[in-house]
Amino acid sequence: MEEIVRVENLRKWFPVRMGFWETLLTRRQLFVRAVDGISFEIKKAEIFGLAGESGSGKTTTGRLVLKLIDPTSGRIFFEGRDLAPLSEKEMKPVRKRMQIVFQDPYESLNPRMTIADIMAEPLRIQKIGSEEEIEKRVHQALENVQLVPPEEFLFRFPHELSGGQRQRVATGRALVLDPSFIVADEPVSMLDVSIRAEVLNLMVELVRKFGVSFLYITHDLALARHICDRIAIMYLGKIMEKGTAEQVILEPLHPYTQALISAVPVPDPESARVEVIIKGEIPSPINPPPGCRFHTRCPVVVGEICRTKEPQLVDVGNGHMVACHLYPGK
Amino acid sequence: MPILDVKELRTYFTTLRGPVKAVDGVSFQVEKGEAVGLAGESGCGKTTTALSILKILPSNGRVIGGKILFKGMDIVKLSEDEMRKKIRWKGVSIVFQGAMNALNPVFRVGDQISEAILTHEKISKEEADERVRKLFETVGLDPERAPNYPHEFSGGMRQRALIAMALACNPALLIADEPGTALDVIVAAQVLKLMRELKKKLDLAMIMITHDLSIIAETCEKCVIMYGGKVAEYADVVSIFKDPEHPYTQGLINAFPSIKAPRTELTSIPGSPPDLLDPPPACRFHPRCPYAMEICRKEEPMPIDIGKQHYVACHLVTKK
Repeated sequence: MEEIVRVENLRKWFPVRMGFWETLLTRRQLFVRAVDGISFEIKKAEIFGLAGESGSGKTTTGRLVLKLIDPTSGRIFFEGRDLAPLSEKEMKPVRKRMQIVFQDPYESLNPRMTIADIMAEPLRIQKIGSEEEIEKRVHQALENVQLVPPEEFLFRFPHELSGGQRQRVATGRALVLDPSFIVADEPVSMLDVSIRAEVLNLMVELVRKFGVSFLYITHDLALARHICDRIAIMYLGKIMEKGTAEQVILEPLHPYTQALISAVPVPDPESARVEVIIKGEIPSPINPPPGCRFHTRCPVVVGEICRTKEPQLVDVGNGHMVACHLYPGK
Repeated sequence: MPILDVKELRTYFTTLRGPVKAVDGVSFQVEKGEAVGLAGESGCGKTTTALSILKILPSNGRVIGGKILFKGMDIVKLSEDEMRKKIRWKGVSIVFQGAMNALNPVFRVGDQISEAILTHEKISKEEADERVRKLFETVGLDPERAPNYPHEFSGGMRQRALIAMALACNPALLIADEPGTALDVIVAAQVLKLMRELKKKLDLAMIMITHDLSIIAETCEKCVIMYGGKVAEYADVVSIFKDPEHPYTQGLINAFPSIKAPRTELTSIPGSPPDLLDPPPACRFHPRCPYAMEICRKEEPMPIDIGKQHYVACHLVTKK
C-alpha cells in the first residue's frame, strides 16, 4: 500500500529554561527529550494510533509530523517529500494536504466567528476559489461531517453548538481543503462518552469515502482498538511496541503494553477486576532512565542488560515490532 | 437502616432565565460498606446531587423538596452550624474532581489535612500530625512526604492526599466526584484499587460520581443512571450491565467499547442532553429515544420496581 507519511529517527529536545545563576553554575543545557528517536510510517487510507500516558510525547509527535514545530533531528517524508529542509513559505502549499483536529473543541474554534467563517478560513488563507466556490465547498464539508442541513449551521456561533457538533465543525474545517492526511489529537477526550462514537465513526467513514489517512493520538486503548488499523505504544519519547490493532491489544508483548491494557477498566461487573501490575508514575523526560526507559517500573526486568543497554525495535513476526530485551529478535 | 436515604430530592437553581431543575425527584439509598455509582452525561445532575447532600451548593442553588436522611437525620432541615458540627467531614466527606487544583498550593500537604482535623476535633497539633502520618500510610503515601508542598507531588499522589484528607475525621460516607478523570490510565487504576481496598478495610459507604460506566462496573455494588435531573434506572450493577431495561442505559452501555470485545462499529446516542431550563415534557429522554411512543410525549413515566429492587422509569417497561 502507498505510504503517505514516513518518519525516520525523529527527535525533539526542548531546552529547559534556567535562571541566570543556574546557567552560570551548571553550564550545562538540560533538555526535555519529548520525542527521542522514533520511526513509523502511515499508509494511505489508514488510521494509525499513537497511544501512551501523558508526557510520553504523543502530541509532540503529532505536531512534528505537520511541522508545526521543527524537529531537533530526523526526517519527515510527506507524500514522498522530505519536509525538514522546507521553509515556512515552501510549506504553505504542502499544508493544504495535511490538517489537524485539536483536542478541545471549546478552545479551538474562535468564539467570535460564525461557523461559515470558521470553515471558510482555510480556503481564504490558501486563496482557493471565488466566494461562490468557497460557499459551495463549505456546504459540502458541512454535509460530509453530517451537520445537516448546512443552512441551519452556517450563521451560528460556536457557543450555540454542543461539544459533539463543535468537534464535527473542527473536523469539517480540517476536511474543507481536501487533505490526504489529518492528525487527530485526542479528538474525543473532552466529549461525553455517549457522543464520542459519532465523532469517531465520522473519522472511519472519511477514511472509507475519501481515502484520508489519520494519525490518531489517544490514551484510550479501548477506543483505539475499535477504530485503528495499526497502533504504536509510546513511553518517554520512544516507541515500545508497534503492530496491527489486533497484535498490540490482543497479544501485547511488551510489559508496558501489557500493563496499560490490564489497567483499562472493563464495563462488565462480572469480569475479573483490574490488577495493576506496575507501580509509580512516568519518570521525568529530562533525565530518562538509562538503558531501557521502562526498567524503573518494569515487573519483569531481565537482568543487568535492561539497566545498561537500550533495546531496539525488532520484528517478532508479521510486522509486530517490540523494543524489549525479552524478545531478542530473530 | 441505610446510612444515606435520599428521597425525592429536588434541587433547583434560580437564574435570570428561570429555574433550572438540575435535580428533580431523585431517590436512592446507600448502605454501610456499599458503593453506589451515579452515572450520566454532563449536566444530568450528578454533581448537584452530591453538593446537595453536603449542602455546599452555589448561592443560587436551593434544595426545594425531598429528604436526605443521613443515619435517620434529615440533612435538608439542618442549619449551617449543625452541618459543620455534625455532618461535614465527620459524617460525610467529599473528594473533589480535579486532583490538580483541589489542594492549596501555598500550604504543606500535611498541614492542610491536620487543619481539617483540628477544626473538627479537640486534639493537639501533635496528635493531629500523628493521625496525618497514619492516613498517609492508609492511602499508600510515604509519611515522610507530609511536610511537602502540593507541587512536589505527582497527580496520583495528590489524588491520594485528597482521599487521605477526606478520611481524616473517620466519615461514614465518602463521596468521590470523578475520581479517575484527569489521571492517566495506570494511575487511575491504582487510585480505583485504593478506593476498593479502603471500602473493605474501613467498611465505608461510598458514592462514586462518574460518566465512565466502566469505573462503576469495577468499583460499585449499585448504580443510579441519571438523565436530565431524574433517575432513569436504579439497580445493582450486575442487573444494570446484564439486563438494562431503560433505552438510555442501553445506549450508554453500548457507547462503551470493551477492550476485550471483538472489534465492532461504535454506537452513540444521537442528539444532545436536554436543556434543563426548558426540559422536554413527559419523559425527558423521548426526543433521543429510539423507541419513543405517543405516551412518552404525554405522560411522565414513574419509576417502578421490576423485581429485585431494579427500578426503571420507562413506559416500555410499564406496558409489559
